[in-house]
Amino acid sequence: MSELLQSPEELRDLYRELILDHARRPRHFGKLDNATHFAEGINPLCGDKLKMYFSIDDGGQIKDARFEGSGCAISVASASLLTDTVIGMSADDALNFFEALVARLAIRPGEENRDANGIDLGKLTALEGVKEFPSRVKCATLAWHALHSAILRRDAPATTE
Amino acid sequence: MTMSKTNKVAEIPAARTAIETCRGDFPALAQDINKHPLVYLDNAASAQQPQCVIDAVANYQSHDHANVHRGVHTLSARATEAYEGARDIAQKFINAQSRREIVYTRGTTESINLVAQSFCRPKLGSGDKLLITHLEHHSNIVPWQILCEQSGAELLVAPINEAGEVELDTLYEQLASGVKLLAIAHVSNALGTLNPLREIIDKAHSHGVPVLVDGAQAVPHIAVDVQALDCDFFAFSGHKMFGPTGIGILYGKERLLDAMPPYQGGGDMILEVHFSGTTYNDLPYKFEAGTPNISGAVGLGAAMQYLQGIGMDAIEAHEHELLQYMTEQLQQVEGLRLIGTAADKASVQSFMLDDIHPHDIGTILDHDGVAIRTGHHCAMPVMDFYGIPGTARSSLALYNNRDDVDRLVNALATVKEIFAA
Repeated sequence: MSELLQSPEELRDLYRELILDHARRPRHFGKLDNATHFAEGINPLCGDKLKMYFSIDDGGQIKDARFEGSGCAISVASASLLTDTVIGMSADDALNFFEALVARLAIRPGEENRDANGIDLGKLTALEGVKEFPSRVKCATLAWHALHSAILRRDAPATTE
Repeated sequence: MTMSKTNKVAEIPAARTAIETCRGDFPALAQDINKHPLVYLDNAASAQQPQCVIDAVANYQSHDHANVHRGVHTLSARATEAYEGARDIAQKFINAQSRREIVYTRGTTESINLVAQSFCRPKLGSGDKLLITHLEHHSNIVPWQILCEQSGAELLVAPINEAGEVELDTLYEQLASGVKLLAIAHVSNALGTLNPLREIIDKAHSHGVPVLVDGAQAVPHIAVDVQALDCDFFAFSGHKMFGPTGIGILYGKERLLDAMPPYQGGGDMILEVHFSGTTYNDLPYKFEAGTPNISGAVGLGAAMQYLQGIGMDAIEAHEHELLQYMTEQLQQVEGLRLIGTAADKASVQSFMLDDIHPHDIGTILDHDGVAIRTGHHCAMPVMDFYGIPGTARSSLALYNNRDDVDRLVNALATVKEIFAA
């Protein structure tokens, strides 16, 4: 085997430390027994499957969030970051966050930022590396589409199609 | 039909290329991906097209296109000649006894659905059994599941072992238990397993069981002789053998095809249509309703001629040696686990690398210009068998070489480096 190739910058940007950390050690992993809201996220192209559980109280506050399933580093890290992010949020804020994130990740390189909500994506900006890899945007948003379905109580599994 | 010489389609001489230099015939391979020369190792999903195929299609579209089997005018005669000429090429390519046994379809999937609905369904009832194996592509599973739902029949599945080989003892017991059809892949798209079809088909016939072969992954890699195999049906696709998408072939033994009702109704498949009744056309037209994919057939014919020019024996020998090299090189990558280690294989090597998800491997490899397939490869039961969500799969074709394999292995080092952090 010849010498190691240098990892290009875009790849480093995609697989940032935070992403790899959450992929290896996903937070809030496992079933949530007292979930009030649930949805499955399925990517039919690759077979990734995430089960997202939420406990939302009468006041619309997300009290707890957990997830199960399997997927690539990007989809698992995104689900893990999702749980970290939405616990403590109101369901409405979580939906706004979902929309801001999806809009941000849909921006192609060179396009101007259409994210008008002014929402600070915080740690989730770590996912922005997928913008250089259009086929992986679906991996980054799968868990979030499931969150959207769960809160709106859609019965069919969420897909990114 | 008689045609004057002036009606002849412009003949493109079949290119005769040696296996060593054939890579230059494929324009798509001569490009950079992410600033690296493309290494195309996703041939099991779809293969690239040689210039002669691209030219044949363009030439047909530019000069000879009209509808087939209809017009008295020159272009229709040319189109018909080109379309039927490709059928003759296909007949010779798989050594069918008669051109009447060569039915054009959209691809392997439609070929299998045709057999399910036209050959099996009329004679299938509740309690009957159909047999497939655990290593089939979804296209050789789902048509039978649909048929079982329609008929109340039961779908038996012959198991595989850890190497990815069909357990023949069990398969033979299942054949002896009275099944109506065996549908089996020639080569597994996910594992590369080359099934011992000669022996399996003999055994099936000894129990009176007809056999459909899913040959999609065989025809680009090994010489296929349907008479020597004695299979009853053989299904394959154009785009996996360097032809266009949307065109494929169903071979069927003439006496079986003759006895089958049409699959779809429409133009071209009829002799006479009256409201009092319709008589169907002869083979193979009975199964070709509607205006067909004429340019696709022309391209497929050119692809088969191209393969014959190189020689399937030369292709098989080249790929066999290269698959061995690839397997050896992959085995030397620390943390790499081969999926599919059958004694007899063609083209394909699936693998896992540490606990890195195949999609992440695929993205990083693509960044180095190396195209592989990642995921379940439309063979989810195979993934269930190994308890994995998917694999990374490198699949070879005639134009690949040792440099391609070395580039793959080098790119895997990048994967390990990124995930080692």
